Amino acid sequence: MTTYNEMEMMIVTAARELENGATVGVGTGAPCAAAMLAQKTISPDLVIMFEAGGISPDLPEMPISVGDSRTFYHASMAGSMGTIMSSCARGFVDYTFLGGAQIDMYGNLNSTAIGPYDSPKVRLPGSGGANDFASFCWKMMVMTPQDKRRFVEKLDFLTTPGWLEGGDSRKNSGLPANAGPHKIITNMAVMDFEPDSKRMRVISLNPGYSFDQVQENCGFELLRLKTLPVTPAPTDDELAILRDQVDPGRVVIGR
Amino acid sequence: MDIIEKGTGPIFSDPDPDKARAFFRQKSRIKKDKTMSLSKAVEKFVKDGDYLGIGGFGANRTPVAACHEILRQKKKNLGFAGHTATHDMQILSAGKAYNRIDVAYVVGLEARGLSNCSRKYLESGEVEVSEWTNYALSVRLQAAAMGVPFLPMRSMLGTQTFEKSGAVAAKCPFTDKKMALVPALSPDVSFVHVHEADMYGNARFEGIAVADLELANASKHLVITCERLVSHEVIARDPHRTQIPYFIVDAVCEVPYGGFPGTMPNEYFSDEDHLREWLTKEKDPEAFETFLQDNIYGCGNFQEYIDRNGGIGRMQELRRKEFMINGGDTNDNV
Repeated sequence: MTTYNEMEMMIVTAARELENGATVGVGTGAPCAAAMLAQKTISPDLVIMFEAGGISPDLPEMPISVGDSRTFYHASMAGSMGTIMSSCARGFVDYTFLGGAQIDMYGNLNSTAIGPYDSPKVRLPGSGGANDFASFCWKMMVMTPQDKRRFVEKLDFLTTPGWLEGGDSRKNSGLPANAGPHKIITNMAVMDFEPDSKRMRVISLNPGYSFDQVQENCGFELLRLKTLPVTPAPTDDELAILRDQVDPGRVVIGR
Repeated sequence: MDIIEKGTGPIFSDPDPDKARAFFRQKSRIKKDKTMSLSKAVEKFVKDGDYLGIGGFGANRTPVAACHEILRQKKKNLGFAGHTATHDMQILSAGKAYNRIDVAYVVGLEARGLSNCSRKYLESGEVEVSEWTNYALSVRLQAAAMGVPFLPMRSMLGTQTFEKSGAVAAKCPFTDKKMALVPALSPDVSFVHVHEADMYGNARFEGIAVADLELANASKHLVITCERLVSHEVIARDPHRTQIPYFIVDAVCEVPYGGFPGTMPNEYFSDEDHLREWLTKEKDPEAFETFLQDNIYGCGNFQEYIDRNGGIGRMQELRRKEFMINGGDTNDNV
């Protein structure tokens, strides 16, 4: 079997989550690569949407910006932010991939500030469309390196909603019902959220990693399934398509 | 409507639709030649303290030339709608042109990295900030465009983004569900960059609209910058392609390559080398000062800036990149 790197592993794992006919709101980078790979493998009818207005493009290469010309190249529609976000708000969008500087055990994200909000150590971009996507899309996913500084007990700022404080807190918040964080995909493991507490739970380990290693690289206590399967490694076909067709310039997957 | 909670963020623009209507009542509807130089338009329609809207999406179909001119004319104390503000914000921060900002996406240039200059300015405490989301700003502009004081929406709830915004959470009178109410946002003046416009201000662009139609309709004054002026006959032949009607427009400025170094769909792709130069120069205050002098303050107009950065030859390369022809460089080398 071909060797692969951790970014390739994460992209392949994410791509397998996107079933044919689904809709997904993506940004640039790894999530875009995952959506493109899904389209070229299991989900030819996957609908890719970019928040600035691009709907279902035939992406010729990785976009640099979620609003550049590539995001509506040979697309079904060059719409607007309103077209995309109102579709999400109406319940038309199944998945989204988001990221952030910090994530907590309920899948809430911080992309606003590191340090105190009023005198931040680093001012970050803010919500952008992340809060909207996470509020509206049925299943929110995150692809991120497993790192103690990212997986924190308490966010410096809660920019984007996950399961908020867990339990029924999201349900009671006024956010659309039955939408929320779905899977967290890291270089070491795949997590979901335990249905009652809504706490992050390890459901599979990537080849070569133990649960203890995942826990050591996480700033809060993780739940786990009793028996942890190994996340299936990328197949030769998936790797070939990812390297030759999705990201031939190795912008995202590296060299 | 029962108010459940309120964000603590400031509201920088009066949401009262009757005040906006009173303004629009006296705005001329005469179909006249509105072409003028960009410097004249900025001089005439941007006043210190105004609330400013910039169209496009950061470095995509963004009226970059207008941002340069605002700096050259040393406009100050502006309010700013930071609606996926990337390169536009980088420029306005370099001139400290604004002192209050509605934040949706700021400071970063997406995957290219953070702008040191924008970051430092926001961290300095000199800028008053209100947090929102991209869609919230788009909906706030839509409210103003509709002539209503607010619209309900369902994101932001449950987060600190809501707490630091000027939104209100209230119970829906029809369903009892909790909604985030966001106030109308009517910029005093906005700039939108398009492909083509006639001298009256009828304007059309290609590619995604982002929130430009909401912005155009919400704004008290609207300045169109265009790649090309076309005759009214060209517009009238295909009226279904007109996205912005002349009567809401105050000025039309022909600025070829006015979105450089950003992308202009079907015209030119972003100049990633030059955007990287911006990000690099910002890290050294002295070098950045010289860079701004060379590229903005020392230029008489935007064409001089284009000439300094490769002129028509570079524009042709970026055009080939946009169309991915002649083996023109692709995103792979970014």
